[in-house]
Amino acid sequence: MAELALSLQRGGFSLTGPIPLDGRVILSADDIRRAVRRIAHEIVERNHGLSALALVGMHTRGVPLAHRLAQAIRDFEEESVPVGELDIGLYRDDIPSLELRRRLQRTEMPVDIDGWRVVLVDDVLYTGRSIRAAMDALTDFGRPASIQLAVLVDRGHRELPIRPDYVGKNIPTAMQESVEVLLEETDGRDEVRIMRMEGEV
Amino acid sequence: MTQEKLASAAAPAVAEPPRVWTRRHLLDVDDFTPAELEAVMQTTDAMKEVMGRDVPRVPALRGKTIVTLFYEASTRTRASFELAGKALGADVINISAGGSSVEKGESLIDTVRTLQAVGADVLVMRHWAAGAPYLVAKHLVAAVVNAGDGAHAHPTQALLDLYTIRNHLGDVRGRRVVIVGDIEHSRVARSNIWALSAVGAEVVVCAPPTLLPIAIRTPAAGRGSSPNGDSREGLALPPVRVETDLDRALEGAEVVMTLRLQKERMLGGLLPSLREYATLYQLNEERISRARTGALVMHPGPMNEGIEISPGLASSLQSVIEEQVTNGVAVRMAVLYLIARGAKA
Repeated sequence: MAELALSLQRGGFSLTGPIPLDGRVILSADDIRRAVRRIAHEIVERNHGLSALALVGMHTRGVPLAHRLAQAIRDFEEESVPVGELDIGLYRDDIPSLELRRRLQRTEMPVDIDGWRVVLVDDVLYTGRSIRAAMDALTDFGRPASIQLAVLVDRGHRELPIRPDYVGKNIPTAMQESVEVLLEETDGRDEVRIMRMEGEV
Repeated sequence: MTQEKLASAAAPAVAEPPRVWTRRHLLDVDDFTPAELEAVMQTTDAMKEVMGRDVPRVPALRGKTIVTLFYEASTRTRASFELAGKALGADVINISAGGSSVEKGESLIDTVRTLQAVGADVLVMRHWAAGAPYLVAKHLVAAVVNAGDGAHAHPTQALLDLYTIRNHLGDVRGRRVVIVGDIEHSRVARSNIWALSAVGAEVVVCAPPTLLPIAIRTPAAGRGSSPNGDSREGLALPPVRVETDLDRALEGAEVVMTLRLQKERMLGGLLPSLREYATLYQLNEERISRARTGALVMHPGPMNEGIEISPGLASSLQSVIEEQVTNGVAVRMAVLYLIARGAKA
């Protein structure tokens, strides 16, 4: 069940799986823009500036979000934050067949992360397993001074002791629902909606 | 590309591309679609990043067991499969025919069944008989990766060659690639002809007539015919241009791949002398000037320097021979990752 819901959250519709019924819009394009701006301010505030601070977006939709946060920070701080990207495909311990649906994307650290404060950026926080994998990956690159987590949506149902530091919106969900994040860069428009599944989950 | 087209055509905005990798085994590239080749190339990019790290190791295949079973000698293929498996966190066991129960007369099928019984998830095998991995794949639940079977196929070599060419030329479509040497006995040539043709490269093969396969087809001559006058449908390779004159073959070439001349061919009466072969077919500094400026020089190894390639050219700036070896590890990581992630799932 978690696997199917997760597969939908990740966009991997399967022919035999449940069919999404209605899509209720939770965040509009404006809501997303405001959330990104607020999180950008919170990041700078919490870290007392930008020194030794880097953003790392998790593929697929965490990457454009990380770039948006960096742009927002540049807008009000007039200083650049290094942005990296991370594919956790090589670190996942679950759903091997699902991984094959998605190709491995580029992984690139903008700096030698030893001693840096790294903010991981993802679209949806759910079980926390992706974040666990991302932390494993980050520690393979070095020893950051700290790892923080920024997500656009926290939908609950954690399976690991992981919590976000910056949240766009908390959305209480049922397990049989899925949260879909659409972004201009990857999907042509900005929107977050919640989908209810029909069928065996 | 295909992926983008499919993604935009699908109704839900977040629909991702369909599974491009559905293979359980890698036996040859003769039936690979361009999308599948692209998937391997993109996965290889990710693996290159891993190889560039201080500690090139990820846990992607932790708990998987990879067995390499080689009935023929090999340095680079075997070493790179082993390194690839280890970099992905798998356990790798190496078995050579010499020194194993094969010497006691154990059959191929019994040997591979035994290896599966001790826990192999992926069997990487090289065998002197063409088709051996196909036979093995029928008898195993484990995945089979062909690391060379007779004169038939060497898929991972073709994939690493394609990757190396793409790194330098970008899109391979319409680019002229010349393969020179003993085409007839070369599994590297066969797999390369398939892979390069699939991505739209213009392939030219060049060899003395005695070292050209009977199944070679030329676009001009039509299906199934060859300079040797034979035609057998089942053996057909994709159509390629055939030249017996190296200087003519090299004109306009952007990539030149030369193959090892197996000296034992001489005994079969296929060549009058090594010196004649070297005079007519050696790739050297003077000859390469007939190709496009900066054409890539490739060799699958091991080289006979002074026979099919001059030592100077092999170590020149145009040569990407060492790069081929390095890319070989990344490509094999990609293949093992794609194959083993599906194995026994």
